Amino acid sequence: MTAPVSPKTASVVLPKRARPDWLVRISVVFLALIALGAIVSPFLVEAASTQSILDALLPPGSPGHLLGTDELGRDVLLLTVAGTGSAVVGPALIALGSMSLGVLFGTLAGYQRGWLDALIGRIADVLLSLPVMLLAIVVAGIFGAGYWVTVLLLIVLFAPSDIRIVRSGVLEQAPRPYVEAAQMLSLSPWRIMYVHVAPNVWPLIATNLLLNTSIALVTLSSLSFLGVGVAPGSADWGRQISDGRSVMADNPAMLLAPALLIVLVSMAINVIGDQITERLRRKGIR
Amino acid sequence: MSQPLAAADPVSPGAPAPDAPPRPRRGSPVLRLLLARVLGVLVILFVISLLTFTLMYLAPGDLVKNLLGNRPASPEAIAAVRAQYRLDDPFLVRYFAWLGDALRGDFGVSIRMRQPVTQVIASRVGLTAALAGLAFLIALITAIPMGISSAARAGTVRDRLGSALALFGLSAPSFALAILLLYAFAMLIPIFPAYGAGTGFLDRVFHLVLPATVLAMGLGAILMRMTRAAMVRELSADYVTFARSRGVPERQVQRLALRNASIPIVTGAGLILTFLIGGTIIVETVFALPGIGLLLQEAVLFKDLPVVQAIVLLVALVIAIIAILVDLSYLLLDPRVRARELQS
Repeated sequence: MTAPVSPKTASVVLPKRARPDWLVRISVVFLALIALGAIVSPFLVEAASTQSILDALLPPGSPGHLLGTDELGRDVLLLTVAGTGSAVVGPALIALGSMSLGVLFGTLAGYQRGWLDALIGRIADVLLSLPVMLLAIVVAGIFGAGYWVTVLLLIVLFAPSDIRIVRSGVLEQAPRPYVEAAQMLSLSPWRIMYVHVAPNVWPLIATNLLLNTSIALVTLSSLSFLGVGVAPGSADWGRQISDGRSVMADNPAMLLAPALLIVLVSMAINVIGDQITERLRRKGIR
Repeated sequence: MSQPLAAADPVSPGAPAPDAPPRPRRGSPVLRLLLARVLGVLVILFVISLLTFTLMYLAPGDLVKNLLGNRPASPEAIAAVRAQYRLDDPFLVRYFAWLGDALRGDFGVSIRMRQPVTQVIASRVGLTAALAGLAFLIALITAIPMGISSAARAGTVRDRLGSALALFGLSAPSFALAILLLYAFAMLIPIFPAYGAGTGFLDRVFHLVLPATVLAMGLGAILMRMTRAAMVRELSADYVTFARSRGVPERQVQRLALRNASIPIVTGAGLILTFLIGGTIIVETVFALPGIGLLLQEAVLFKDLPVVQAIVLLVALVIAIIAILVDLSYLLLDPRVRARELQS
């Protein structure tokens, strides 16, 4: 206490790093590969759905079928790569969509306050009072929603937490001098909100975007595992795992491959998300 | 947690605060706080009930066909079904009739099982409670100590291992984990039963070990990360440095820090509960455990609307009760909150 403490060590009390850099690099490369898979996957759907009863249920390592085949004789490796699209594109859209809603309504609520804030807050309260998974199963299941409708539903269900985060950030920005200056110049409220205030909340949004992507990946694949939101027989990781249960003894790769991929993609996203959060905290933004 | 509740209980049914003679100063503000929260919860439950009812009203499918099958039915049978389920009444009449019955504890009759919904749910709720309880217990006794030891030795190999495990638990979807464990411990090394709930207490617990472990992995990951973050923050606080410089034993310092860290950890209860409910539906489906989750999943597939409605409300109620308990627990955990809430 009495010893002179340099300001650096005194003010910067940081939690020590728990993750080495090489892990972050591997995660980035891995996600780039997955993105590549998602891009080529639409062109593989046809090849992946080629059935041949003679080749049904080959074990992994069979000639011509690295991961074996399923009970319809479809190649599991092709099927898995073809499933990348629906597994990854949906979650990315969900995270982006809910973030857009979050910025739109969160900024509105935090900047305008008043009845609008109260209304948006109450709607968020109701949506947040039930787990997303439960609501998604009930709504998408009862209406027999397809993939894109389920994605849309999840955008709406994910939005309330984004709205809250943006709102709290905007509340903190609103009393700052630059906002006052903009008001003095009588800029329109819309311009102040979305051109001046919203970009300053960006760090909060960026970390949540990645977190949401990984939660959406898990939620969406869980739903398709339960048979909600995907058509039977379509190439999808959750669906493939569900179908693979019955042939677990003959070809375990059928369910192990997509299960492992879901875990790895989600882990990679979380690793990068943690890294960004940490860097922002280091800069003192969060 | 039990203290404020016990203080509030004897006078709870609708009595406005001031007349609690034994401990008026302590009891009444807590009671007022509780009443305000309960009122808020009731409003939300009302809105949810209206929304679910609207949803069910809009749901596609023909209830009469569901009940009577696809064979041509006599007009009398159709009329009887339409009357029984009030299919010809206007929307609001149907809603308030349903709400009135629900308030009296009658949620209608399950379309699929032809039994009262309350009976169907009551027969399933025990298993789900046991599963969730066991999972929570496993998560609690593994994750909290891991979080503390990770925070105490932040940056070491042990911390990295712990954090990596938490990252895995957080990232792995329950169904993938469930199937991986099922593959490993029910097929490769057949130690545990693959499905079913078992009979008798010991057999039941034995059947629940694998599913509960799956749930506990995710739960524990959330708990561990929250504990670690909160403990790292507390352990770098001035009072800890001061306590250490005074020669307070490390164990005692950690206990002090844990008490302060417990507030952010308890705040995470909502997140944990959300995870638990989503996870239960999945895990019960994978392990074929006849609990509430599987019931919901089947009810959705069979369009058994009365059951779906009742489960959604039940879940909302449970979440609301936990939220209130969390609020009350701040009073126990944080003297500052206690002082602020009780003086005003």
